[in-house]
Amino acid sequence: MEILALLSSGLFEALQPINLLLIIFGVTLGLFIGMMPGLGSVNGVAILLPITFLVPPASAIIFLAAIYYGAMYGGAISSITLGIPGASTAVATTFDGRPLAMKGKASLALVTAAIASFVGGTVSIILFTMFAPVLASVALSFGSPEIFALMLLAFATFVGLGGDDIPKTILSICLGLVFAAVGFDEISGAPRLVFFDISGFLHGINFLVLAIGVYGIGEMLWTIDTTRGKITTTEAKISVKGVVKDTKDSVKLGWKGMSIGSFLGFFVGILPAAGATPGSLMAYGIAKLTSKNPSSYGKGNPDGVAAPEAANNSASTGSMLPMLTLGIPGSPTTAILLGGMVIWGLTPGPRLFTDQPEFVWGLIGSFYVSNFFALVVNLSFIPLFIWMLRMPFTILAAMIFVLSIVGGYAATNDMHDVWLMIGFGLSAFFLRKFDYPLAPAVLAIVLGPIAEPTLRQSLLLSSGDFSIFFTRPVAGPITIIAIILILLPLFKVIKDKISGPKVHDA
Amino acid sequence: MRRGEFITAGVLAVLSIYLMWKSTELNVGYISGEGPGGGAWPFWLSGIMLICTVLIGINALRRSSPPSQSTEPVLDAEGRKMLLQVFGGIFGFVALIGIISMYGAMMVFLFYYLWFLGRHSLRLSLTISILTPVAFFFFFEALMRVTLPKGLGFTEPFYNWLNTIIY
Repeated sequence: MEILALLSSGLFEALQPINLLLIIFGVTLGLFIGMMPGLGSVNGVAILLPITFLVPPASAIIFLAAIYYGAMYGGAISSITLGIPGASTAVATTFDGRPLAMKGKASLALVTAAIASFVGGTVSIILFTMFAPVLASVALSFGSPEIFALMLLAFATFVGLGGDDIPKTILSICLGLVFAAVGFDEISGAPRLVFFDISGFLHGINFLVLAIGVYGIGEMLWTIDTTRGKITTTEAKISVKGVVKDTKDSVKLGWKGMSIGSFLGFFVGILPAAGATPGSLMAYGIAKLTSKNPSSYGKGNPDGVAAPEAANNSASTGSMLPMLTLGIPGSPTTAILLGGMVIWGLTPGPRLFTDQPEFVWGLIGSFYVSNFFALVVNLSFIPLFIWMLRMPFTILAAMIFVLSIVGGYAATNDMHDVWLMIGFGLSAFFLRKFDYPLAPAVLAIVLGPIAEPTLRQSLLLSSGDFSIFFTRPVAGPITIIAIILILLPLFKVIKDKISGPKVHDA
Repeated sequence: MRRGEFITAGVLAVLSIYLMWKSTELNVGYISGEGPGGGAWPFWLSGIMLICTVLIGINALRRSSPPSQSTEPVLDAEGRKMLLQVFGGIFGFVALIGIISMYGAMMVFLFYYLWFLGRHSLRLSLTISILTPVAFFFFFEALMRVTLPKGLGFTEPFYNWLNTIIY
């Protein structure tokens, strides 16, 4: 019952005029960002975060969370009407969404996507409301060794489950952590890693400088290079009249996919390395696997649209759970949100629930409101969004570069950081070409300032003995799971060796 | 791509060694009563990075990573041209900020990008490249009271005049 009281006060907070306005603006912007190929929630949040320093923290994070939600809805629009996923989270939506559109049922596909997103969002928010306070109260007793073990687990999931090249993933994590160490050694106060004695490094490398460099500049360069600027949009006929009928049809035909996606997405979203993209692909796979008629998938089955769309929305809420309760982000987007919260003077983690209940419950309340408005805005403006998809990419790209540079400056008010940011952008472009995953580096630069002190305090407690991470009742199992995850790829290699030499494609 | 894979790994290896060396400016060992020294964390992480670059190099030698199997060039002629034009434009944008202010540089960059790279009509290019900085100015300076760089002294009379509008 206490939760209901807290939740209603949170909803009341979220419905304050300024917050409501920011939610509506945020989901609309998010829909646009999610819809545009080459732009996803992470790009939008990274580029726009510096601008939100100007409103109160609670409103700022509500705005960014609304963008996050909107982007999950928006990705489906381009997946269905263009056949190009608007964001990586909507890749699985193209499998059945595009065939539906080709059959002249674009409207049904779009409505199914919107309804499934709403269902996924709602289910996951309810799960979130139930789990978050419990997890936070358990986590309150965590000391430095436990927190460091959790950090290790977050990085281990990237190695074990990320699916990218292992040495490249580990390198990316370490690079982010080392960048986070630039500036001052917090314990001795001595300057550290001040490259070439350039004074700009004394204030450290702000995580936004890396995040905007990677997601604003590097990714845009990559998109322009791979598409050669030739993203062209196709027409899609849509009648607003059929929306009511399509809503009924979508529930009738896609309820199974929606339920699979909603629950699976939430739990996959909690894992740091997984998040919305694998969550939606897994939901699609399971919906197909458990279907009576699997061959209808890929040919325009509404269930194949419902499952991934419910899952990506659900996963985005799921990824907020470890961020708010443990201080460990569940996705690159929440990593950036976490970094923002630190700048706003809010320390994410279990204490947040006891120290800042208005903030936490206001944010949770805003999830409900954002999800509702994302559905309303999405359904009512589908024709408008399709029209906007015809905006030439050269205009969009130019605007993103402008926003990135202004945002990079506004983050720290230092031109040194703008230069650093475009340097990171160019490096990210080349690293991406060679399959280096960069999300781990962004996550690491946010977590570095938490990971290092907890490691050092733990080792101080144990007089330099690493066994402290294994012998404590909570830290022990977490560390062991983390180590198993890190070794997982190695087991695979050994298994392949035993079961005979691997056949190479080349 | 294959040569590029080696070069990238090599550059990252050099970076790792530099970071390790730079970390030794602080104590990288364990100080009794104080815990690990200030340089220990970045030192050992850079060490792991160095090991990773070696593994990446070995994988490339064995041709087990996708880039090391690819015979495509990292950037073909069109890709090089794109990078030069787009990144060159961004570089020019940032370089101009200190001279003709954030807003001036934004205007020049947008016009270059829309008119020259995007081949949009002169009217559209001019409209967007003039209206965007104006909108940014009023949003940042008037609404949010955040000052962005104003460039060298010669822009001062112009901004003084604009400030009389917003204050």
